[in-house]
Amino acid sequence: MALRHGRGYAAVNYPTGMNLGGDPSQALVHATTMGGFVVTLSSVDLGQGLRTVIAQCAAETLGIPIENIIVDTADTDTGPHCMGTFASRGTHRVGNAVIMAAREAREVMLQVAADELEVDAEDLETDGTGFVRLKGSSEMKIHISDVALAAHFRQGRTISGRGIFLKEPSSPVPETGEMDPDSCQAHACTVAEVAVDDETGVIEVLRLYNTYEIGRALNPALATQQVEGGAWMGLSHALFESTEPYYPHSREHGPVDFTEYLMPGPADIPAQTSLFLERPADNGPFGAKGIGEMTANAPIPAIANAVYDAVGVRLTSMPFTPEKVLRGLDELRAGRAG
Amino acid sequence: MARLTPIDTAYFKGERADDFAVIGSAVPRSDARAHVTGRTVFFEDMTLPEMTHVKIHRSTRHHALINRVDVSGALGVPGVLRVITHQDVPNNWYTVLRLIGVGPDDEPVLAEDRVLYRGEPIVAVVAETEDAAREGAARVTVDYTDLPAVLDVEEALADGAPIIKQAGTNHFVYEGHHCRRIRFGDVERGFAEADRIIEGRYSSSPIEHAPTEPTGCIVVPQGDGRLRIHTNTQAAFFTLDNTALILGVPPTSLRVVGGTVGGGFGGKVDVIVEPLACIAAMLTGRPAKYVYSRAEEMQVSSPRAAERISIKDGVMDDGRIVARKITLYVDAGAYSRHSPYGTTKAAAHMPGPYTIPNVHVDAYCVYTNRTPSSAMRGFGVTIGDFALESHMDRIARELNMDPLRLRLKNAYRDGDMKAHRKIASGTALVEVIQSAAGLVGHDLPPEYRAMSSTERSEG
Repeated sequence: MALRHGRGYAAVNYPTGMNLGGDPSQALVHATTMGGFVVTLSSVDLGQGLRTVIAQCAAETLGIPIENIIVDTADTDTGPHCMGTFASRGTHRVGNAVIMAAREAREVMLQVAADELEVDAEDLETDGTGFVRLKGSSEMKIHISDVALAAHFRQGRTISGRGIFLKEPSSPVPETGEMDPDSCQAHACTVAEVAVDDETGVIEVLRLYNTYEIGRALNPALATQQVEGGAWMGLSHALFESTEPYYPHSREHGPVDFTEYLMPGPADIPAQTSLFLERPADNGPFGAKGIGEMTANAPIPAIANAVYDAVGVRLTSMPFTPEKVLRGLDELRAGRAG
Repeated sequence: MARLTPIDTAYFKGERADDFAVIGSAVPRSDARAHVTGRTVFFEDMTLPEMTHVKIHRSTRHHALINRVDVSGALGVPGVLRVITHQDVPNNWYTVLRLIGVGPDDEPVLAEDRVLYRGEPIVAVVAETEDAAREGAARVTVDYTDLPAVLDVEEALADGAPIIKQAGTNHFVYEGHHCRRIRFGDVERGFAEADRIIEGRYSSSPIEHAPTEPTGCIVVPQGDGRLRIHTNTQAAFFTLDNTALILGVPPTSLRVVGGTVGGGFGGKVDVIVEPLACIAAMLTGRPAKYVYSRAEEMQVSSPRAAERISIKDGVMDDGRIVARKITLYVDAGAYSRHSPYGTTKAAAHMPGPYTIPNVHVDAYCVYTNRTPSSAMRGFGVTIGDFALESHMDRIARELNMDPLRLRLKNAYRDGDMKAHRKIASGTALVEVIQSAAGLVGHDLPPEYRAMSSTERSEG
C-alpha cells in the first residue's frame, strides 16, 4: 500500500456573455458639481469586484483619476437596465456600456473646457491627473473641478453620457443547431499533480498549474482572485461536493449544513502556479474577455486524468470520492486476477 | 501587496496595446476594507420596525396529488399573522425566462393540486417572529395521494414512463425536436472512415452554490403604496419584471435595491423569494423578510444540474478526431427555470475547443421529480468539459500518444468552422497548452511548439 503520484492535463475554452446574446447592459455617467463622476448601473457586485473594474473603465475613458469615480450599483429606480451579473458577462457587457457612456460624457467635458480656455475641443487632452490641457502646452489647462463648476453654474450644460452594450440575439436553426452563441472565447489549460492513497482511496491534489488566456487583464489582482478562487471551486467539485451523494439512486443523505456538505479547507488547497496570456477581443472592453466561470472547469478533468495516471482508475462520475477510487482499484485487481 | 498572476506578453505581441493609465493596474478593490472589517451592508443588516417573517411549508413527497391543505394549525400558533396559499398569488404560474420569450409557464409559486418534488412550496406562513413562522409552517397539514415518481433522466425518457409535466412530455421541446441538436458534417461516414472508435460515458450529481450569504430579501411597503425590495438578487431588473408579472402589478409599483451580494455563482438568478415576500407585505402592510435557511439553500434552492454525457469518437491512428457523437442529458428536476437555456448552451459548447469535421449532438433537457436545477457558474459547460477532457485523455492513452500533442493536433484555430457553424476567431487554445507545458517542463517537439492559433500548420 502506497501513495501513488500522477499528473493530468485538461484544456478548455469558455464563451463570454449570455448564450445566444440578447442580454443588454446599460450605464449612465454624469458629473457632480465639482467634478466627481457618477457611474450609474443596475448591475450587481457578487464579490468579484465589478465596482472596481467598472471604475477603472470609466477613469481610463474619461482620462481622469480613479478617485474621482463613484460607482452606484443596482437600484432600479435610479439605474438603467442591466440583464444581470452572470454568464461571465459583467466586465464585458457593463464595461462596454460604461466606455460608451464615458466617451459621451468626455466629449461634453472637453467642449466645456474648450469654451473656458477659448480653444478648440479637438486640441485638448486629458492628462489622467485631473487636468484638461491644450496638447503640447503646459500653461493652458483647467482642472476637472473647474470644468464641472463651469458646466453647472456658467454654461448650463450637463456633463453626462449614456451607454449600452447589446449583442443581438441569435436564434438557433432547429435542424442543425446553427447559431451564434458567444461574444468571444477565453481559454485555459490546467495541469494537476495528485497523490492517491491506494489503501484509503483519498486523492490529494498537490499542485495545480494553470495558463489562462483572458483577452486582457483589466485588473490583474482581481483576475488573480478569479482564477485562484475558480481553481479552488473546480477542485471542490472534483473531490468533495454533492447535494445528492448517491444520485440518482437515493434522495436520502442530502446534506443540510457545512458539516455535511464538505468543501476543501486550508489544508486541502494545493499550491497554485498560474500565468496569464492576453489576446484582446475585438468586442471586449479594452480587449477583456469574460473569465469568471471558466476558471472552475479545467481542474476537474485534469484531476481525473491525474488519478488515472497515478493508479489506472478512470473516474467517470463526479465527485471523485474515496469510495469510487477504491471500487475502481478493486475492479482493476479483479480484472488482473481474472 | 496584491498577489498577481504574471502576464506572459511574449504571446500575441502585435495584438496588445500598452498605452493605458489605469487599465491593467492592480487597483485595490473598493469594497475590500469594508468586507474584512464587517462594515459592508447586506440586505439582512437592515432592522425595521414591525418586520414580519416568512417561512414555507414544503412537500414531503416526490410526486403527489394534494387532496386537502389544512392551515388551521398554523393560524393557531401565537404570532402567526397570515397564511398564503396559491389563491393569494395573482399569477401563480411562471417561468423566469418568459421575459425573453422562453415558455411555457410551467412552475407555480405555490403548489395548487399537485407537487412535483420533495421540498416544493405549498403554503407560506407570515408571523411576528422567525420562530413563530417556522412553527406555523410545521403545523400545516397536507393530505396527499402519492403518484409514481420519475427520478432518473433516462427512465423519464423511456417508453411508458409516467409523464409528469403538463406540457405532455418529460423533456423540453426545442422547436419540435426532442432535444437541442447540432448537426455538422456526416458523423456516420466519419465513423466508417475512422481507424478506431473510442467511447465513454460520464456523469455528475447535483452541486450546491454554497454562497456565504443565503438567498433572501426584505420587502418594505412605502407611503406611496409602492414596495421597496431589498434583495441579494444577481439580476435586479429580472427580479423586478418577473415579480411584477407574478403579482399582476405595474412594474413602477416595485423598486429593487441590491448591488452587494455575498456570493452568487448563479444561485441568485431564479426569482423565488421576492414574490412571496411582496405578497406578505401587501397582506399585512408591514415589512416582510424571507430568507432561506442553510438547509433550504442546500436542499431546495436550484442546484447545478446533474448531467449524463455519452461520447463516441471516430479517431485516426495519428490522433485526428474525425467524428464525434454526443448524447447529453441535463436533469432539470421538476421545473424549467433556466435549464432549457443551459441545455442549449451545453449543445453550443460541443464538441469542445477542437476542430472535428463531423459532429452530432443531442442535448436533452429532461424533467424529473427532483429539486429544479438552474444556473450555476459554468452553466451548461462545466460537466461537459469534465466529459470532453476526460475523453481526450482516454483517447491519448488508447493511442499511446502524448496528451498535449493530441490536443494540439485537434485544437481549433482562427478561421475554423465550429460545429454550430460560426467561424472561430480570437482563439488561443494552442498557446495556453504550449504555455502550460512550459510551466511543468513537459517537452513538446519543435513542430508543436511552433504551432499558432492564427495560422494552421500541421503537427
